[in-house]
Amino acid sequence: MGSQGGWGQSKEFLDLVKSIGEARSKAEEDRIVLREIETLKRRISDPEVPKRKMKEYIIRLVYVEMLGHDASFGYIHAVKMAHDDSLLLKRTGYLAVTLFLDEDHDLIILIVNTIQKDLRSDNYLVVCAALNAVCRLINEETIPAVLPQVVELLAHPKEAVRKKAIMALHRFYQRSAHSVSHLISNFRKRLCDNDPGVMGATLCPLFDLVTGDVSSYKDLVVSFVSILKQVAERRLPKSYDYHQMPAPFIQIRLLKILALLGSGDKKSSESMYTVLGDVFRKGESSSNIGNAVLYECICCVSSIYPNQKLIDAAAEVTSRFLKSDSHNLKYMGIDALGRLIKINPDIAEEHQLAVIDCLEDPDDTLKRKTFELLQKMTKSSNVEVIVDRMIDYMISISDNHYKTEIASRCVELAEQFAPSNQWFIQTMNKVFEHAGDLVNAKVAHNLMRLIAEGFGEEDEGADNQLRSSAVESYLRIMGEPKLPSLFLQVICWVLGEYGTADGKFSASYITGKLCDVAEAHSNDDTVKAYAVTAIMKICAFEISAGRKVELLPECQSLIDELSASHSTDLQQRAYELQAVLGLNSHSVESIMPVDASCEDIEVDKSLSFVNNFVQQSLEKGARPYIPENERSAMLNVNNFRSQDQPGALTHGLRFEAYELAKPPPLVTRTPASFISSTDLVPVPESTYAKEIHQAPLPSPVPDIAPVEPGVKLRLEGVQKKWGRPTYSSPSAPSASTSGIQKTTNGITYGPETMSSQTRAVSYDSKKQHVEVSAEKQKLAASLFGGSSKHDKRPTSSHKAARTRPTSAEKLREATANTATEVTVEKIAPLQPPPDLLDLGGPIPEIAPSVDPFMQLEGLLGPTQGISSESTVSANASKPSDLMETLYAEMPSTGPSGTDMYSSSLNSGVPTNANKSSQMVAQIPSVKKGPNPRDSLQKDAVARQVGVTPTSQNPNLFSDLLG
Amino acid sequence: MIHFVLLISRQGKVRLTKWYSPYAQKERLKVIRELSGVILTRGPKLCNFVEWRGYKVVYKRYASLYFCMCIDQDDNELEILEIIHHFVEILDRYFGSVCELDLIFNFHKAYYILDEVLIAGELQESSKKTVARLIAAQDSLVETAKEEASSISNIIAQATK
Repeated sequence: MGSQGGWGQSKEFLDLVKSIGEARSKAEEDRIVLREIETLKRRISDPEVPKRKMKEYIIRLVYVEMLGHDASFGYIHAVKMAHDDSLLLKRTGYLAVTLFLDEDHDLIILIVNTIQKDLRSDNYLVVCAALNAVCRLINEETIPAVLPQVVELLAHPKEAVRKKAIMALHRFYQRSAHSVSHLISNFRKRLCDNDPGVMGATLCPLFDLVTGDVSSYKDLVVSFVSILKQVAERRLPKSYDYHQMPAPFIQIRLLKILALLGSGDKKSSESMYTVLGDVFRKGESSSNIGNAVLYECICCVSSIYPNQKLIDAAAEVTSRFLKSDSHNLKYMGIDALGRLIKINPDIAEEHQLAVIDCLEDPDDTLKRKTFELLQKMTKSSNVEVIVDRMIDYMISISDNHYKTEIASRCVELAEQFAPSNQWFIQTMNKVFEHAGDLVNAKVAHNLMRLIAEGFGEEDEGADNQLRSSAVESYLRIMGEPKLPSLFLQVICWVLGEYGTADGKFSASYITGKLCDVAEAHSNDDTVKAYAVTAIMKICAFEISAGRKVELLPECQSLIDELSASHSTDLQQRAYELQAVLGLNSHSVESIMPVDASCEDIEVDKSLSFVNNFVQQSLEKGARPYIPENERSAMLNVNNFRSQDQPGALTHGLRFEAYELAKPPPLVTRTPASFISSTDLVPVPESTYAKEIHQAPLPSPVPDIAPVEPGVKLRLEGVQKKWGRPTYSSPSAPSASTSGIQKTTNGITYGPETMSSQTRAVSYDSKKQHVEVSAEKQKLAASLFGGSSKHDKRPTSSHKAARTRPTSAEKLREATANTATEVTVEKIAPLQPPPDLLDLGGPIPEIAPSVDPFMQLEGLLGPTQGISSESTVSANASKPSDLMETLYAEMPSTGPSGTDMYSSSLNSGVPTNANKSSQMVAQIPSVKKGPNPRDSLQKDAVARQVGVTPTSQNPNLFSDLLG
Repeated sequence: MIHFVLLISRQGKVRLTKWYSPYAQKERLKVIRELSGVILTRGPKLCNFVEWRGYKVVYKRYASLYFCMCIDQDDNELEILEIIHHFVEILDRYFGSVCELDLIFNFHKAYYILDEVLIAGELQESSKKTVARLIAAQDSLVETAKEEASSISNIIAQATK
């Protein structure tokens, strides 16, 4: 027990630690810490404090900060202490500073001087301490201050210093690559260092460098390969062995670098094959570290130019991982499988059961990893099963971060592989409904675009069907409470565009629904904006179809409400709607053409249509336009901005002044954004509208005003050109983009053009995939008798699987006296085998010549085969599984079990049985190097104390410290 | 790279924290709370890995102490597991069958050792012997410093008598 007293802390400090240890609640702990902070504040500011005392105070500060309290009042003292001459104090000072300060802290500037001095010290321990601090504290600005010294240290006689200097340079490289770009040759030089530790450390920066620029390091392949060979042949000193493996950490780093260098490079890869084969052969799968090396090997093999022999070896190791009992190895196996199937998708097939097991596993980590794998395995034949599973899981979790991720994965898969429009819409509905607030707005835009454009096939009918099924499902769903805002926006947009397109629903029905939405979400301006625009579109379509539009009373009241809204955007929309209602069918048709959201919008970036106007103005004596970059020098930008800022409201008056001084094209911008309002809105009440009307309209307005879908201003471009921020209030950016919709009847321009590119990409990949899956299906057909899997089959085979094993289970249950729960649990994992068909394709044992018609009759040939087979395998594996579940029951009763253990420890009656079970439960995976664990255990028992007192023994610490 | 190292007791008490990526104090508290909630409740047979905010956290339990390290998505989890073990072996060698109490009362020593094992979020030395030698060199200096101090104070004490 000597360890507490023997290290020279004062009684006071030990008491503090002790009382924290004994604290029963967080509140009590906080009280103690706050008291301690008060004491420290008082004492530390005393100028007479002896240095040794000060050192202890600093350590106490570290302790306080570690417990999550603010110790910033003492930072300056830590900095001072780092400046001390005594190494003892300096080390403490540096430790505290590196723990307290981040590289952006104000005090860094004070410590740089100290570091500079210490890097020059002749005591290598001082240099080491300084280098530790360098790695933590030097930021981009201060790198130049220490860089020359650090580079000098690369040639230091002590290997510990060289190593730390290398790591410091690595850190600099990460902080700002260009500051050390001229030093890269140094890394290459250090690779040949005599000390393996320095060489190993050099691999870290080299890995980063190679990641950044593969091609300039190809010449190092030979060196890396020969180093790896030497390491694998145990040429390094014994002290680098770890659990009988020769320098595994260095091996792993080398493999990582080789994976990068060999990727897509046949020649480099070929020089690696031999050594990789060696590593595979020597890899020990009995120890954890051996598996770590093997896993890295698999990663490397799957990244470099493929070699069949190595891939076979990798596949074999992977299957060993997957078959292992250890969850860790299964996890790694799933990951490895995901890498290997990129090279050869068939590898997955023999592991279908293992994959399904992992998917069903209660361990979330494993489950998520498996989803990742499934995503890579998805093709159009199994997308339904996979996405359904993902969505189920998505609904069940509460971790927002992962929810977002899995939602976007679902969307991605659905977009890529959707087998039918119906399914696609339904899937998207589910995703939006459950994770709508988490998905990226881009996803919603994609969905709108997809509905607008259809699936890209020539078949217009299918697209229409997609739209009407979307409309129907949205009408069904939109009444539900708590729909995410983004989803509602999509719904409103789609209803506006296509609500009345197929004539199934009347305009008044749709507008009624839209009014309900706007009303139910009265505090969400964006949704309201979408809704009112949708209403306008519906009305416009009605008018242009020659039907008379009568607004519902609730609709009218909505418009009235919005015209008095605080949001100018909503106001404008409301006025525009009213304006549209007052127009004749011909002009409405030209403003709002039906289903024109996909029409291309020609953008005249050079604004040639204002040339005429510019010419006129110039002739009248206006000053010529000066590009912004030249202008800023001669014109006070701020002044210019502030004049213009009130923008929308005062522009009408500004036009007069323009003649004198303003650059002419500025004017054209104004009409651009207000085309609709100036031209169309005959509302006399609104002040700003009135002003605009009073204003003499400049000539270009009429030019643009006949709003043909073809000629429109691209607001983005214009804004950029004149260097103006935006017109709309920053709070509603999406609203402002949809404001553009009004004039163009389309989706926003930016995303439109951009996403059509991404879409093209996704089409390409889709095409590719179709080819692959066609190939796979052929293979499946040859093995399976041409069973194509996705439609009704999964469900029927589900049933088959469900009923059959149950009876089998029942029998077993009777004989085996198993608890029913267990059986039920076991059935659940049995269901998936039918999904297997979808997952991986064929199971080779099945006879290929099964009549497809036979398959459709109830219990299908192959399914039967599979289900019985899987029952058998399940049966075979079951006893052991049962054992496991029973066995697992003990530890997994969890806290109580372990509590028992610790309390028995505390009361000093350790029982052997408990101990051993604890041991087994704790670290089952590692068999080697048991010392620390054992000794921790032994030690604990020997001391007969729990480290943290439990309620049974609160006075533990006083006993201990006597 | 390793973003941070946490040592948490089974009761959720923090025994050591080392941050290699910048986290504000408030954030650190949140991270610790969140992770101890996730890790301490995990069953014994599950993976030693947890996916968390786009990172992975690898943890390992020794007696009542959890050693956790947060790493990037593409790092090798098994390797990190062994780095943890490597660290524990060095602690064990240093303290002579280490126990949680050693770490509680000598947390600053644990920090010194950690600084020799990891630097800037990477493993800097995989030889236990080298680390032990370096730590011993630092400690011996400390010892002599201490002796000097006490002898000086003795002299002063005698002189003032």
